[in-house]
Amino acid sequence: MNLQGPLWRFTGVRPAAWVFFAFLYVPILVLVALSFNSGQSATLWQGFSLKWYSVVANDAEILRAAKNSLIVATLATLISTCLATLAALGMHGPRFRGQGAIQGVLGLPLLVPDIVCAVAILMFFAFIGLKLSLLTILIAHIVFCTPFAYLPIRARLQGMDPRLLEAAADLYASPWRAFWRISFPLLLPGILSGAMLAFIISMDDFVITYFVAGAGSTTLPIYIFSSIRMGISPKINAISTIMLLISIAFVALSYYIGQRKR
Amino acid sequence: MSTPRQLAARRQLLRRLGLITPSMLVLAVFLVAPLAIMLLVSFLQPGDYGGVKWGQYSAEAYINFLYERDLDDSLVFNTDYLGIFQRSLGLAVMTTLGCLLIGFPTALYLALQSEKKRNLLLFLVTVPFWTNLLVRVYAWILLLRNGGLIDSGLGLIGLGDGALGILYSDAAVMIGLLYTFLPFMVLPIYTSLEKLDWRLVEAAFDLGANRFQALKRIILPLALPGMLAGTTLVFIPALGNYIIPELLGGGKALMIGNLVQLQFGSAHNWPLGSALAFALFSLVLLALLFNGLRQRRSTEVRI
Repeated sequence: MNLQGPLWRFTGVRPAAWVFFAFLYVPILVLVALSFNSGQSATLWQGFSLKWYSVVANDAEILRAAKNSLIVATLATLISTCLATLAALGMHGPRFRGQGAIQGVLGLPLLVPDIVCAVAILMFFAFIGLKLSLLTILIAHIVFCTPFAYLPIRARLQGMDPRLLEAAADLYASPWRAFWRISFPLLLPGILSGAMLAFIISMDDFVITYFVAGAGSTTLPIYIFSSIRMGISPKINAISTIMLLISIAFVALSYYIGQRKR
Repeated sequence: MSTPRQLAARRQLLRRLGLITPSMLVLAVFLVAPLAIMLLVSFLQPGDYGGVKWGQYSAEAYINFLYERDLDDSLVFNTDYLGIFQRSLGLAVMTTLGCLLIGFPTALYLALQSEKKRNLLLFLVTVPFWTNLLVRVYAWILLLRNGGLIDSGLGLIGLGDGALGILYSDAAVMIGLLYTFLPFMVLPIYTSLEKLDWRLVEAAFDLGANRFQALKRIILPLALPGMLAGTTLVFIPALGNYIIPELLGGGKALMIGNLVQLQFGSAHNWPLGSALAFALFSLVLLALLFNGLRQRRSTEVRI
């Protein structure tokens, strides 16, 4: 339907949208521009240079934090996506008693505010005597990544034609074979977007990680947080810009996968 | 006697439960159990150097909420914590209102664009979802600090004096919250506007309604489910936010999240921290319950 024409121009709607987009993007653009500053100041422009990027690339502490983040995010993504795929397959089909409760537990990490989740898990680790380390970070990340991975997979399953699996069963395919030949290829876009969501959520998490990280298991967000607390610097501008670019590359990738699906 | 059909159904159910078990185990052990322990800890006595004294139950943590113990053990009414809860609620409500005020026209603008332009704009709305919150908050520090970009910009046109004084105040926290949660409001409202049958609006125009009437009588009521969903999505994380008040409030404009963190950090009072965290979680559940009831009522009305 054609929504053009003067009657459809609601007063104030366009300026509000412009304010919205400016509000959203001006801070980000300013940050990116300032990361190319040649001077020592984080906010005073003194000329173009890539100096701070080489400082970041040669900083052992940042590289170690980035390595920790990547290790945790990769493992958390793999494990939570597997758990979520299995759960989504199990939840698919006729309703059974107690399914609502299971659904509730699966969505629980989305409801609990992250600070609450953080202190609860921290106390749990303290009481069972588990020393804080990369392992405790990984466990916490698996917990809150699982629902993010679960939702797209479940949505994809709900859109699947049940007759395909019935046909496979009629043709004597075992459930195992039917899964790999039919469900899995159809689910793959859902699994991929679930995994990407889990990866980004894990890479970006600060609050929960901050509580359950032991000494020496600094992740990138923890590094950024402690540097911001010590004061702003062009180094933080550069590393922030790198993280922004990685995120945007991810969105573009998921957008591309989404487009190909159609 | 079970028929073969019943046996097959039972086998099928067992297989499905088997698929669900691994994730349930992980979530039960590492989330449900910790939350239950947190509730228990809130009724215990604090240990001397962090931790708790097991087996010594008391409601002290909850009493601490409202009262302070004086030297002679008498209870004195104390509004410090209540004040922080009130500030958190106030900031979360203001953030939600602000998001509605900017979010609704933006969503309407998006819904009225051609499909190609709309996809691009939607893409732009979702980008911040994927970018690190710390990075975005840091960008605001660059803008808001004294001698920062807004300050020096105002100085250039002769308005500022190099002491903007916004950073580390409630105003900065408010800007940060609004900035972070605006997309959470725009997307659900857009989703309900996208499903809207625009012929209804056209019919209203044909029947002589002006734009304001069409907006008030048709578009706003039909966008209500999206606005409610957006309100929940903004209010809940805004209420429990830790990062924004910590970095933009500078430890002065505390919210509930910071108060909880303090009990596990320097204050070493785990029971009080647990009680505060539990109170925050209850507020969130209340907000969800309220939203659920509202939604049920609104669907009933439509049927």
